[in-house]
Amino acid sequence: MSEGHLQLARAGLYCPAGGFHIDPLRPVERAIITHGHADHARAGHGAVLASAETLAIMAARYGPEFAGRTEALVPGKRLSIGGVGVSLHPAGHVLGSMQVRLDVAGRVTVVSGDYKRQPDPTCAPFEPVPCDVFITEATFGLPVFRHPPARAEIGRLLASLALFSDRTHLVGAYALGKAQRVIAELRGAGYDRPIYLHGALEALCALYAAHGVALGPLESVGERGRELAGEIVLCPPGQLADRWARRFGDPVRVAASGWMRVRAWARQRGAELPLVISDHADWDGLCATITETGADTVWVTHGAEDALVHWCGKQGLNARPLNMIGYGDEDGIARSDTLSGPR
Amino acid sequence: MLRFAALLDRLSSEPGRNGKLALLTDYFRTAPDPARGYALAMLTGSLRFRHARPAVLRALVAGRVDPVLFELSHDFVGDLSETVALIWPAPEAAERNAPPLPEVIRQLADAPRGAAVAELLAGWLDGLDETGRWALLKLVTGGLRVGVSARLAKTAVAGLGELSADDIDEVWHGLSPPYESLFAWAEGRAGRPVTDDPVPFRPPMLAHPLGEADLSGLDPADFAAEWKWDGIRVQAAAAPAPGGGSRQRLYSRGGEDITAAFPDLVGSFDFEAVLDGELLVVIEGEVCSFSMLQQRLNRKTVSARLLESHPAAIRAYDLLSLEGEDLRPLPFDRRRALLERFVHQIVHPRIDLSPLVPFDDFAALEAARGDPGLLHGGRDAAAIEGVMLKRRAAPYLPGRPKGEWYKWKRDPYRVDAVLMYAQRGRGQYSSFYSDYSFGVWREGPEGAELVPVGKACFGLTDDALAEIDRFVRAHTVNRFGPVREVAHEAETGLVLEVAFEGLNRSSRHKSGIAMRFPRLVCLRRDKQPHEADRLETLLALLPACDRSA
Repeated sequence: MSEGHLQLARAGLYCPAGGFHIDPLRPVERAIITHGHADHARAGHGAVLASAETLAIMAARYGPEFAGRTEALVPGKRLSIGGVGVSLHPAGHVLGSMQVRLDVAGRVTVVSGDYKRQPDPTCAPFEPVPCDVFITEATFGLPVFRHPPARAEIGRLLASLALFSDRTHLVGAYALGKAQRVIAELRGAGYDRPIYLHGALEALCALYAAHGVALGPLESVGERGRELAGEIVLCPPGQLADRWARRFGDPVRVAASGWMRVRAWARQRGAELPLVISDHADWDGLCATITETGADTVWVTHGAEDALVHWCGKQGLNARPLNMIGYGDEDGIARSDTLSGPR
Repeated sequence: MLRFAALLDRLSSEPGRNGKLALLTDYFRTAPDPARGYALAMLTGSLRFRHARPAVLRALVAGRVDPVLFELSHDFVGDLSETVALIWPAPEAAERNAPPLPEVIRQLADAPRGAAVAELLAGWLDGLDETGRWALLKLVTGGLRVGVSARLAKTAVAGLGELSADDIDEVWHGLSPPYESLFAWAEGRAGRPVTDDPVPFRPPMLAHPLGEADLSGLDPADFAAEWKWDGIRVQAAAAPAPGGGSRQRLYSRGGEDITAAFPDLVGSFDFEAVLDGELLVVIEGEVCSFSMLQQRLNRKTVSARLLESHPAAIRAYDLLSLEGEDLRPLPFDRRRALLERFVHQIVHPRIDLSPLVPFDDFAALEAARGDPGLLHGGRDAAAIEGVMLKRRAAPYLPGRPKGEWYKWKRDPYRVDAVLMYAQRGRGQYSSFYSDYSFGVWREGPEGAELVPVGKACFGLTDDALAEIDRFVRAHTVNRFGPVREVAHEAETGLVLEVAFEGLNRSSRHKSGIAMRFPRLVCLRRDKQPHEADRLETLLALLPACDRSA
């Protein structure tokens, strides 16, 4: 791996010249964090460099002492660390999510972190960064994954609410990113009633609102249950089919995730209304982004690497899977699961 | 096509009957003619296409998609048509032109073959989004499988206005897609459609289960009793066709036309009448087990061998129409007399009379219900699952009128079994481990072992459900996808009392038997797993003809 500035170490991607890791899986001396999801942003590093929003998210999740030292880097501003130029560029994944650009002697490497190309009212859009080596995620790295516009999926939710106006619509959405995006898209579609939140979503919704993301009226579910008939309630995906959901009587169970594209998965999750809303690039997004960066070398970090590496080969690009383990997607499907899949 | 696709998509993930009904009615209310009529035809199975065999799909996609990417995707998704639907590289949304459903149906009905099918499909796939492509491929691979029965679809149409599904069933077989006159009638815009079908379906009269409370209010003199046979309820109809010749039809209880599967019966209906009776497999005058009858059901066609080995017969118990005259307004006694005369006159080798069971008081009948031999049940006693009580003065009324007919079934069999596997339920039970597989003991190579004998998901109180749910969560020993294996040792585990209607021999089950209508009676908190029943007890319940099989 001499063509880049990074190598694969035990804790993940490591830049020897700069002496830092990117999204390390275990505590390290110096870390650059792309975004706040737990599998990328872990507590206990000596020093963390990230966007201000990501630092705020980490503090909200782990407490203010989550790292020895923190430094917020404004997107687009270039630092030099041990002779390596470092800058952050929006990734469009969740609030504060960034790609990491590294340059040494005119050769540029970009680590994508998690990213998407669809518009998202809750975070800055993905910024294509020209580079020589592009290190990309591949969560939805199969051509069966093409995400429809989120607006259309939200339309399906509202149509169901109109038809089943006496049932609570319980939406399973991950606490960081997906929940706020679903709320913002609902607001964008003109839904202005209060949206009710499971306790696990409240802190991050408040954090988003404090960062200027308009989410409209939000209320805690608290002890309420059947009186929320006909309302939209958001909860973590795991609560959809758990005991907590019983309080709503016979809710319509809605799951918002890119995995909902595959029917067997939606069925297994007990989703009655699967919405294909994802914060990751779909297949077309991955391919288009690789082309757009102009990179001649592509490393694929996590997800369905095989298909994307195959595609890169067909484009005449030098591509290899990094076979990194330990990164899931935020809906909690471990990487090994995503590869074997349901049969 | 897109609206129908959206409907199928939503139906396929909606678990509840009421939810499905609301979705269907909403669709029928808002979709235009003739699209909704073709949708109804697909949902009821009146139209069915099988143009796309797996080989056709594979060839189709091979021309468009990199084979490596396709195989990786197929591996991941599992289902071939779903993979094709998802991976199909369609043009941008703005350039797509979705084919209307009536157009798709019309072209498929012209029965294109080979390359012409592939070309048609490719064109349509290009015009649709993921959901549309998935629905299209469902449509051309036969059977929608979205958990909607023909009856439910008709109930939804009836829900557009004041009709009932029975009203629709009466005219159904004289109508054809796209059913515009039916929708007009259902919406109150036109009268009942006039059909020239000489053998329409007549919705059957159904019985209520007899409760203890009912019995005290009834006078035995007002009722006739018949055996309740362990077959399926059918309606056999034959009448002259408008253009000459004769038309025969055999209907299931739900109004499904099953004529094609029973040429041995229907071909010889040379009368003009409508019979209500039980379909059975009868060999040398003896009624065979339900599992033998099952092999004749759900077939589009039937082989000569099966006709010979599993000959069908009808045991008649009512006469609804004779030589063009509707007998349904007549009281039961009168219809019965006409039926007896009719069956004797036609001398049909495969139609006989279900005898009346003479009884003096309900006590005698109650005894005979469990032991038919006591009241002339004769050698068919094993095929009797109880008695029917029919009010002598009652006309034949469609549906389930109160107080006229009662079914008094033999008590179900009961067994104590041990909970082995649990899975979350659907709909309102989706947070509970409420689907259970249970087993009984048998002697294995290493001593006593549990072997699964059935699966059931209803019958328990909410308290018992919650208790089992807690047990499952605390005693999971293994996970297989959504299924949890729970502790089932001699001293650790839960004992469930299970009721069932009978047993069939089954090679698909490890135990060699399958339960009919298993349901849970209660959680036997007083029993330890080692006290549960043994497989031999169950095997002894198999009908004699199945025991040797």
